[in-house]
Amino acid sequence: MMTIDGVIAEIGQVERADLERWISEGWVRPQGEPNAYRFVEIDVARVRLICTLRVDMEVNEATLPVVLSLLDQLYDTRRQMRALIERLREISPSDAPD
Amino acid sequence: MIVDDPYKALGVPRDATQEAIRSAYRKLAKQHHPDLNPGNSAAEERFKAVASAYGLLSDAAQRARFDRGEIDASGAEQRPQAQAHSGYRAHAESSAGQRYRHAGPEADEWNDPDLEAMFASMFAGGRAGPRAEPAQYRLAVPLLDAVNGATKRLTLPDQRVLDVKIPPGTDAGHMLRLRGQATKAGDGSKAGDILIEIAIEPDPLYTREGQILRLELPVTLSEAVLGGPVEIAGPRGALRLRIPPHSDTGTELRVRGRGVPAHDGKPEGDLYVRLRVMVGPRDPALDAFLQTWQPARPFNPRQTTGAAS
Repeated sequence: MMTIDGVIAEIGQVERADLERWISEGWVRPQGEPNAYRFVEIDVARVRLICTLRVDMEVNEATLPVVLSLLDQLYDTRRQMRALIERLREISPSDAPD
Repeated sequence: MIVDDPYKALGVPRDATQEAIRSAYRKLAKQHHPDLNPGNSAAEERFKAVASAYGLLSDAAQRARFDRGEIDASGAEQRPQAQAHSGYRAHAESSAGQRYRHAGPEADEWNDPDLEAMFASMFAGGRAGPRAEPAQYRLAVPLLDAVNGATKRLTLPDQRVLDVKIPPGTDAGHMLRLRGQATKAGDGSKAGDILIEIAIEPDPLYTREGQILRLELPVTLSEAVLGGPVEIAGPRGALRLRIPPHSDTGTELRVRGRGVPAHDGKPEGDLYVRLRVMVGPRDPALDAFLQTWQPARPFNPRQTTGAAS
């Protein structure tokens, strides 16, 4: 669990105003209220990802929601695939004992 | 990731401007960033090489030292890596990723009409293309044999006889695999597996619910009223039960650990014995007693069950 100040210090390349805007757009979804946000690991990793997209890849904020939406759908599908594989492994035939 | 030649990793000439280097890095990062290519280890390796090369060449002083041959490309390895953290993908693929589910964090991940349609079309169309299927048989096993484990004989269509060990706790629908036991095709190809689907023959006394076994046990009038020990065969060997006094039809006794034995990480289950009072054959003494009997607390069982007129 990190506060918004902790996240800004940890990542180094993000401005508070940008981060607050990303939260209000729903691109980052920390728990808690605006003055007491709490970030778990995936939230911090997502802020980092958005920084990479914005800075290294020059994705502008108008295009960012398209990229995030496609990424979220990709990861939804991969989580479902993993769960399916897990389930298939559970119900696949077991070897008869010797 | 050590690259011999950072210029080659970025695909730029040695006299490229810093702007050209940055632009080449951005182009490659868009293409190979591991968070945009989850599960693609080739992209991940490629991205590490690109990031490492860019780490070296984006710093004009380091680039100059490399160009003069003072450091090799691995000099970049000692630098703090831009990509030292584990990335977004590790989190997004774990259950934590549900937080950023496209349909919103409250949506049900499995209640997806699109997913259902995909499965419907997958199973409606049958299997795609021919492929070697394992031979599949069905074996009916009496309930208690499946509970306790047993060896059952299976005669194959080619008259071969197989002794199949049924592990304790086996339930209906369980699939057993016998590797390499299918009849060889005669062309020297490898024998396939035999799959045996277990069906359960119902037991006249016992029923099973997961790890629980249930038994309906007939008791005499005096056993129900006065209580006392009774001996039963039990699902897994003889059992002595103590019937509490003033029991009735429907009274349920639990015998701990005498249900389905522990198997596949499931703990052993309990046996639930439900009593059923049987009046038994004609007895003039009982008739005589009941004719004179004045119940201290008269009761109408039809009233408690709602069957009264």
